[in-house]
Amino acid sequence: MISVELDKSYPNCRVLTGAKLEVAPGTVHALVGENGAGKSTLVKIVAGILPADRGTLTIGGANIPLASWDRRLARRAHVSIVQQHGAFAGSLSVVENAVLGAEPTKHGVLDLKPTATALAALGDKLGLAIDPWARVDRLSLGAAQRAEIVTALHVGAKLLILDEPTAVLAPVEVEGLLKMMKGLAQAGTTIVFVTHKLDEVRAAAHAVTVLRAGKTVATFERSEDTAAIARAMVGGELPGQSSIAEPGGDAKIALALRGVSVAAEGALASIDMEVRAGELVGVAGVDGNGQRELALAIAGLVAHTGTISLAGRDLSGRTPRERLAAGLAHVPEDRQHGGLVLDASIADNLTLGRADITGRFRIDRGAVAKFADARIAELDIRPASRDAIARSLSGGNQQKIVIGRELSRPNLAAVIAAQPTRGVDLGAVARIHGQLRAAAKGGAGVLVISADLDELLALCHRVVVMLRGKIVGERAGAALREQGARAALGEWMTGTRGAA
Amino acid sequence: MIASSRDPNREALAVAIALLASLAIGSALMLVAGKAPGHVWWLMVQRTLFTDAYSLGQVFYKATALVLTGLSVSIALDAGLFNIGGEGMVIAGVVACAVTGAALPQGTPSIIAIPLCIVVSAVAGAAIGALIGVMRVWRGAHEVITSIMLNAIVAGVALWIGNELLFQNGTTTGPPIAPGAELPQLGFGGSSANLSVVLALAAVVALWWLRSRTTWGQALLAVGRDPAAARATGISVGRVQIYAMIAAGALAGLAATNFVMGHKHAFEEGLGRGVGFLGISAALLGRMNPFGIVAASLLLGFLSSGGLAVAQEVPKELTEMLQGVVVLAVASAGPIARRYGKASS
Repeated sequence: MISVELDKSYPNCRVLTGAKLEVAPGTVHALVGENGAGKSTLVKIVAGILPADRGTLTIGGANIPLASWDRRLARRAHVSIVQQHGAFAGSLSVVENAVLGAEPTKHGVLDLKPTATALAALGDKLGLAIDPWARVDRLSLGAAQRAEIVTALHVGAKLLILDEPTAVLAPVEVEGLLKMMKGLAQAGTTIVFVTHKLDEVRAAAHAVTVLRAGKTVATFERSEDTAAIARAMVGGELPGQSSIAEPGGDAKIALALRGVSVAAEGALASIDMEVRAGELVGVAGVDGNGQRELALAIAGLVAHTGTISLAGRDLSGRTPRERLAAGLAHVPEDRQHGGLVLDASIADNLTLGRADITGRFRIDRGAVAKFADARIAELDIRPASRDAIARSLSGGNQQKIVIGRELSRPNLAAVIAAQPTRGVDLGAVARIHGQLRAAAKGGAGVLVISADLDELLALCHRVVVMLRGKIVGERAGAALREQGARAALGEWMTGTRGAA
Repeated sequence: MIASSRDPNREALAVAIALLASLAIGSALMLVAGKAPGHVWWLMVQRTLFTDAYSLGQVFYKATALVLTGLSVSIALDAGLFNIGGEGMVIAGVVACAVTGAALPQGTPSIIAIPLCIVVSAVAGAAIGALIGVMRVWRGAHEVITSIMLNAIVAGVALWIGNELLFQNGTTTGPPIAPGAELPQLGFGGSSANLSVVLALAAVVALWWLRSRTTWGQALLAVGRDPAAARATGISVGRVQIYAMIAAGALAGLAATNFVMGHKHAFEEGLGRGVGFLGISAALLGRMNPFGIVAASLLLGFLSSGGLAVAQEVPKELTEMLQGVVVLAVASAGPIARRYGKASS
């Protein structure tokens, strides 16, 4: 049905380098890979949403000129995509969305009835009950997605791309969706199914393509051997050695969590965890499995139950300020919304909330300048000017500011660093890792949350895996350095290996 | 200092574009009214700034209140809140100041009466600000809605207090304040300009210092620019927003000293009306910078006073429209200057 081979770069970042995908007609083809592997980019290019840099695209035997390939042409070629976050306009009804851009009229007046009837009938036929007149913003995420799928098929999709369709669905809905995909394939529709959950792949896919770091690293004609697929996803290389010694058995507990839960949709379910002084602990997992809530709960930025203690002191119910004062450092996940005030200078960002540098009320400008210059030199922040506005810096340099502010706190007892090197260039990664190691060496317990398994294996003494708000697996010490550790972690991440 | 992060060249460019546009539109309006624009503009400048001391004094009188209400808007916006409750805050200050001043014994010395009335004005305005801030932070009620509503409520309450307690035999004027509470006039041909101008300038300097030199100012601006970052670094966003609204209320309330202690020496129906809203214009035109607000207030005061000075030549309404034109021009010039600034850099 389709065959593609693509390259795609953004400024400072190569997303796809010779990514290949071949899909046979009438099959469900799974496209899997870790976060940031380039899955979404690849399918968006096929659907005409993003332009490719170069490559080839063949659909139904016809060679497609990529330069002019866009959404409109894709639709004409019967290629439809249901995107991760939905593309329907919320304030319109399902049927209004379905006709958007090609509204049917009768005597010059908008005539939605025939389309609505057809949509409902098609939905019934597929076993996807939808209400064409319902406003999209009043539907559950699952119902809205069903409506998008039915609409895509109504307009005649022969190739249907589903980009992480199960991310927003309840387990029962997932089952229904997987069944429906197989049914559609039997009826002749070709489906590309983007996911990183291997149990879904095993349940629904006929064939599998694995992307890693923008490259196609493996294809499987069958979907049963999920262990092999997981190995291909995370790569089989041996992890680098953590360069600092593990803390001794008598090291104090720096950070302890007991039964910590965050209510919102079971985002975090009764987490127990300990980080010893001098220990680097990694939290692995596919994005959205509670890691974000874990960081926010520890920092006191989200309401939680259970107890969180820092160096033996109970901090539950304390404000973020009190927690920071007690010796916590928090590197927020999103440096641009939460980590930095983008319109403020480097010096201001380095000293935000740091009363130990600025003074309590009147800002000690000499001390601020001295402190800022020291951090700029230590982390090689560029431009090396404390008055430069944070917004004008590259992502890596912005992240260095956050690291510089947080890891230089006095009396550091514990560090929680969420995605500390996401979207950061290699030089900055090395500096940031250096700072995290230095914090651990200085006696802090360091918790690193990352979607990048390589990073955690290179940095941490111990790695735990989170899935659906729980810790489902853990590897430490020698077991973390074994050949099979990576695959085991990968299987925990994707839910193909039972909780340890 | 976080406040310095706006590009000053671009800000100046925006204001320059706006003022030129206002000049052009004002000239067009004068042409429509059948007057030679050059002549009218010249008369306005000549009378207000050079020949008529009274008109110049009135510029300072009007600008004094605008500086305070302008600062009120800007400090709230620093914390990410749009304060349009200036009207209510000023009126609350006027009522409180006049009632306190009138309640003082006739012989109260200035050293007691003046500070007391100043504090009372600020506290009355601050109370309104606190209410808006608390409703926003604790209940999530949007400050624009609550401040509009409070403007109407305070105006109603003020009139009711006037009718029930203050207005003397058939007038809409209350009893005079104690002579010790009166602020000295500055002269200028018998104009209303008075010593509260010092208070306004002190507020300008104080706010500039707070914003740029203290952790309080750093926290304030961080909350306004990125509440998530402020929270993550241990700043209590809600508390800062409430404090900012209290300060905003106090600043607007202080405008009462200009009207009651410096000019009318009594409560009067309608006293102080309009400066709350015009303060928004002063803040916009001054680009939220304390010193910019002084310049903007002087300009708006000039348009108002100068309009009266040339009232025989062009209708007063025309120069009142000009104040609106200036604000519209400033509001639309920001994006234009941004685009131009981008294209040229």
